[in-house]
Amino acid sequence: MKKLILGNEGVARGAYEAGIKVAAAYPGTPSTEITEFIAKYDEVYAEWSPNEKVAMEVAIGASMAGARAMVTMKHVGLNVAADPLFTVSYTGVNGGLVVLVADDPGMHSSQNEQDSRCYARAAHVPMLEPADSQEAKDYMKLAFNLSEKYDTPVFVRMTTRVSHAQSIVEIGEREEIELKPYEKNIQKNVMMPGMAIKRHIVVENRMNQLAEDANSLEINRIEWNDTKIGIITSGIAYQYVKEALPNASVLKLGMVHPLPMKLIKEFADKVETLYIVEELEAVIEEQVKANGISAIGKEIFSVQGELSVKKILSAIANKEIQTKNPEALPGRPPVLCPGCPHRGIYYVMKKLKLNATGDIGCYTLGALEPLAGIDTCVCMGASVGMVHGIEKARGRDFSKNWVGVIGDSTFIHSGITGLIDIVYNKGMSTVVILDNSTTGMTGHQDNPATGKTIKGEAAPVLNLVELAKAIGIKNVRVVDPFDLKEVEAVLKEETNKDEPSVIIASRPCALLIKEKKAPYKITDACVLCGACLRLGCPAIEKQDGKVVINDALCNGCGLCPKVCRVNAIVKDGE
Amino acid sequence: METKNILIVGVGGQGTLLTSRIIGDVAVKKGYDVKMSEVHGMAQRGGSVVTHVRYGDKVYSPLVEEGTCDILLAFEKLEALRWIHYLKEDGIAIVNNQEINPMPVITGAAQYPEDIIERIKVTCKKTYIVDALNIAKELGNIKVLNTVLLGILSKHLGLEKTDWEEAIERTVPPKTIELNKKAFSTGYELEIK
Repeated sequence: MKKLILGNEGVARGAYEAGIKVAAAYPGTPSTEITEFIAKYDEVYAEWSPNEKVAMEVAIGASMAGARAMVTMKHVGLNVAADPLFTVSYTGVNGGLVVLVADDPGMHSSQNEQDSRCYARAAHVPMLEPADSQEAKDYMKLAFNLSEKYDTPVFVRMTTRVSHAQSIVEIGEREEIELKPYEKNIQKNVMMPGMAIKRHIVVENRMNQLAEDANSLEINRIEWNDTKIGIITSGIAYQYVKEALPNASVLKLGMVHPLPMKLIKEFADKVETLYIVEELEAVIEEQVKANGISAIGKEIFSVQGELSVKKILSAIANKEIQTKNPEALPGRPPVLCPGCPHRGIYYVMKKLKLNATGDIGCYTLGALEPLAGIDTCVCMGASVGMVHGIEKARGRDFSKNWVGVIGDSTFIHSGITGLIDIVYNKGMSTVVILDNSTTGMTGHQDNPATGKTIKGEAAPVLNLVELAKAIGIKNVRVVDPFDLKEVEAVLKEETNKDEPSVIIASRPCALLIKEKKAPYKITDACVLCGACLRLGCPAIEKQDGKVVINDALCNGCGLCPKVCRVNAIVKDGE
Repeated sequence: METKNILIVGVGGQGTLLTSRIIGDVAVKKGYDVKMSEVHGMAQRGGSVVTHVRYGDKVYSPLVEEGTCDILLAFEKLEALRWIHYLKEDGIAIVNNQEINPMPVITGAAQYPEDIIERIKVTCKKTYIVDALNIAKELGNIKVLNTVLLGILSKHLGLEKTDWEEAIERTVPPKTIELNKKAFSTGYELEIK
């Protein structure tokens, strides 16, 4: 049966057909849907783990226990999971183990555009890179086979344009794979120096063997054409190359680490000019050149952003496509939704002129005008450690004007250890947990504080109040972010205490609320003071000198009447 | 057949994804190779969103390149103008005559351009303007503005009306099939200049 599916669904289907038993992940664009699709298969245990490191460890455990297992993350999640990654490369596997990492060239939804292929080289782990949904499915199955054949974890690398593109896939059947027997083997699985030294030799031999075998691997294939131009490429860049230069000869690499150097030499020898077309870092190019093969790569391409047909035509064929220039227009950055609970906190923080270390989630969008609520955004959990560092650098008088702002899921991911640090090292910071009962930005995934698993089953609820108290925070306050007076009072009190505090601002994400409330409207009593406009609500706008509420966007949350001093905002129909 | 290139643009939350998935479903059923590129994640939060749909005998890239787009289906006026340069010389623009102010306009940092339709028409000779939001309101649910627009678009793709209706049945949530089919029909039968 043929189906039009997302690359991410292709990955999930491939894992399913390969007989996977355990899948663990932390959500992150563009990888999130993979684990959501896997969770729909009854034969597979799937979970949202608290973070990528735990997810990786769950998958390693499942593999050692003899099952086929996978772990899924976005590129920056791999940084979190890097610790177990580098050593599971030494232990190898029992049941096949696949590490799925989705990169985001162009940073559609990320804080950097790191290239995960560098991890494959650094950790000595083979990596496959599909170019469409069918390959995503096929490569997953191959990855499990390679993992077991070579006793290694195997990376499958996606990028946004493969993950979030739909293409046609031939759906197959699941193959049930028997659990491999578990045998205790401390020489292989306990990585103390004495054992690890020996395993490092195994790793090197394995990678040498894989590099040799890669030359005859089917997914590394040459498409001969005119030999004037030869192009080595992989992943989504292959699609752009085929579209831009249909007559060129192409070596498509399905495995991007280790490289099939004999095959590359054979290809290079037969083409007049060799180009290497790869997004982000010069990973293939540097290795090819180090082998004494002359090629053109980053001399004509950037290490930044995504490639395109147009860029390839311009760089290789010197063919400039004349198109009209884009119009100069106001931008449309993503914004906090109408009814978003974060808006209340940011509004008060701005009123109190507080600075804030920020974190990763929807609430990062509050950095922009008019709320301009945060000063920083670095990585998951950074707000907590950073606000402490600010205090230690400049003293309490300075830090009284600061808070750390972090979401519930992000706090569980990697804010907890930062909070322990504040208590342990006698910090006095105030941390605001924006608890919207979901993992919002990635599309509403459950987490340990929501009371539900990825499969929709009831789960114990992590109590953030008790957790903060157990860590040693004496001042734990729970507020409704839409109770602006309370929020203001609590923020003032807690930032002025010479003790650490946690404020939990609790209100569900507006998109989780299904019942539709009547929209508000603005009456003639409006004096155009602009207070409601400073909420940064997309539903409130100025039209012909009047402030109006767009009833198609307003969800009736009731925040704006609270900031109106002349009671000019009323429910429609009142 | 030469590859058809369609761009569906709008504001995150307007339902552009469902529209592209219905087109994709029809194209697959008709035996074409299909690629589509979607926007997930951050940009969905009220940001500018675009879905690329390409179908034909063999399609490599999932992205429509600038200057090659056959049909631009815009759910919002400003977004239509933002993507208009993607249209090829004789391309078609179908524009929902709705204004959604972006945050820079709301904060007063920028003005919502007043002459959008005129500027679109300078670039695109075949522009169709439609008030799909009000049509959807009259049908009882503003969310079906996407299927109204799909009805208009479908007439430019030369496939049978029943093909589309079957695709709607396969794609939309079961409870909304009838409403979506009605919205599609309304768009399909609309006379627009």
